Amino acid sequence: MAFIACALRAAFLAAAATASLATLPAPAVAADGKLTIGLVLPLSGAFANEGRQYENGIKVFQKIHGKTVAGLPVEIVTRDDQGPSSGDLARRLTQELIVRDKADVIIGYSFTPNAMAAATLLNEAKKPAIIVNAATSIITEKSPYFVRVSWTLAQAAATLGDWAAKNGIKTAYTMVSDYAPGLDAEKWFKQAFTAGGGKIVGTVRTPVTAMEYAPYLQRVVEVKPDALFAFNPGGDVSVAFMKATHERGVAAAGIKLLVTGDVVEENALVLIGDALDGVISVHHYQIGLQNPANEQFLKVHKELFGADDIPNARAVQAFDAMDVLYRAVAKTAANLDADALLNALKGMKLDSPRGPIEIDATTRDIVQNMYIRRGLKIDGRWQNVAVETYRAVADPGKTPPK
Amino acid sequence: MTGASAAARSRLFGGRVGIEGATLVLFAGAIASYFLFPNHLALLTQFLVLMMFALSYDLLQGHGGIVSLGHAAFFGLGAYAAAILARTGYNDPLLGLAFAAVLSAVVALVLTPIIVRGNDFTRLLVTLGVASLVYEAANRMRGLTGGADGLPDFEIAPVLGLYKFDFEGRIAFIYAFMVFAMVYVFLWRVVTSPFGLALRGIRENTRRMPAIGSPVRRHLAVAYTLSGGIAGMAGAVLAQTSRFASLDMLGFERSAEIMMVATLGGSGHMAGVSFAALAFGWLKDVLSTASPKYWQLGLGIVLMLSVFVARGGIGGLLDHLRFRRSA
Repeated sequence: MAFIACALRAAFLAAAATASLATLPAPAVAADGKLTIGLVLPLSGAFANEGRQYENGIKVFQKIHGKTVAGLPVEIVTRDDQGPSSGDLARRLTQELIVRDKADVIIGYSFTPNAMAAATLLNEAKKPAIIVNAATSIITEKSPYFVRVSWTLAQAAATLGDWAAKNGIKTAYTMVSDYAPGLDAEKWFKQAFTAGGGKIVGTVRTPVTAMEYAPYLQRVVEVKPDALFAFNPGGDVSVAFMKATHERGVAAAGIKLLVTGDVVEENALVLIGDALDGVISVHHYQIGLQNPANEQFLKVHKELFGADDIPNARAVQAFDAMDVLYRAVAKTAANLDADALLNALKGMKLDSPRGPIEIDATTRDIVQNMYIRRGLKIDGRWQNVAVETYRAVADPGKTPPK
Repeated sequence: MTGASAAARSRLFGGRVGIEGATLVLFAGAIASYFLFPNHLALLTQFLVLMMFALSYDLLQGHGGIVSLGHAAFFGLGAYAAAILARTGYNDPLLGLAFAAVLSAVVALVLTPIIVRGNDFTRLLVTLGVASLVYEAANRMRGLTGGADGLPDFEIAPVLGLYKFDFEGRIAFIYAFMVFAMVYVFLWRVVTSPFGLALRGIRENTRRMPAIGSPVRRHLAVAYTLSGGIAGMAGAVLAQTSRFASLDMLGFERSAEIMMVATLGGSGHMAGVSFAALAFGWLKDVLSTASPKYWQLGLGIVLMLSVFVARGGIGGLLDHLRFRRSA
């Protein structure tokens, strides 16, 4: 053993010595006269649809605001992190975008594990990353280089819990996907709902990629609570869940369905169909929002991708990621230094298609309106129609400062 | 070594072992790549991990003739072992590596009674079943493994207390390369030993080996244990260099992938399997960079073509080159 350790040490010394001789120090990055954005998005596999939403949001933004900012041409390099549970890949892609492609800023991370895996790397590389979706509260505490423009589960679930308690719901059953965002959703719904006088009568966690919900829902129908609160990760999984609630007669049994907005995404409503009837959801964006930014967003989106391609909150999140970045670069007068950019991003306020938003100066997380919506059929099309607005909601899930 | 004696030696070992030339090219290439591609070190490190994992599996399928659809169980076990140990504060990389190797080897040893029994088809089912159980167990033990979120929160101490893992991935590459070299030399010793010969005997004819007094089950048990331990080391290196462990490291896709790589490499051909791992990893990266959306289509086409173009796998091509030269 001693021999092996000794040999290893010698080999290492030799290798490291040659390494330090052969490798030149990396040149300063910002000096290449352009803004390079590295995108890390799920573009293949089960979540490829989500990736497309983000890409489309970015295209819409560049169509409106152009491909130069503060005199710098903008270059985008896209990599595929293949969905959740590939944190090591997301981390390597981030490393490569920074080292190889000289990315000044990373935009991406649709899933919590992927963002978490990249956190320590960003700390070492000292590059800002704008989180385009990943919605677990704790992520932004893992690296001071994270800025989030999406939402958090705590933000949504606490809002919905509060609303439920105030709107005649006494008992609720929770059903969430068994991973960090789901646990956040469960915790914060319960907290807000019980604080308002409600009672949780049952709790179940389902596998993240589960497509079969009948057994879980059967149990809910038997318990017969006033409401069922549910969160799952969107895409096909959520469509399967929503269809199952309809087939199992959850609403017919007099149980109100409460979900986070990503379960009933705008582009999935055609597939969810009648199962949307009367469903209460909470989200930070729906296409029915009336404000100038949203009108422009929808108009350009339609021009680029046609009327059948319906944007959801993810497209808006990517749109806003670009928006905050362009504004920050303009504010620092093309200084791409990480600290300068982060300082410009902190406390930034703007009017997004989703309404007024702000990047909290201390938590680097988003403060935004949360909309309570009801599923309604209007002119033959199912839609989420806002019935109530909670203004300027911050993420309640942050660790309180000591 | 002269061409003639190499050929003689390879005849002795069934034309499957002596590939000095290709091995030298492999190692020279690995060292050269460090200097040629300083911006690709993270990727190169993952190639080395894939090569180690492929070699561990090849000891089973290529030499022992044991097929497995659940080899990622040991890979993932090693990754989690290293990650969990690092989280508890014992974050020396070599300690983690040793712990991962021992743990996966022990688990492999415990499983041998149900693996060495039966034929190829039952083995496929059993290994698949075991891997699914390990996967689900890791999924359930959220407190220990982080469940579906993976384990991102750990630091790894500098190698030998001196060389800190850097952001460019230089130390990670050197570390992975050292482990790879050790594994390669060790496996080389194993497959060229009488034990290795016995394994190939078992692969060629399981029924006749007992007739010459060879303890088939014991040999297979040793091969399975060694293979499990080395797969665990590969997993540990991946977890340590990417500072992340997740369920997909245990998953079926990784098991299937390694079976593809070993087959592509030409079973039982160490250099061939290593080159196949390299080619597979590189192809995946190139295609997914060229087309982040449709790269899996390209990968599928190339894999299918390779079956028709290179029948004996990459190892077969290498042998072909060598024999033509020496003839």
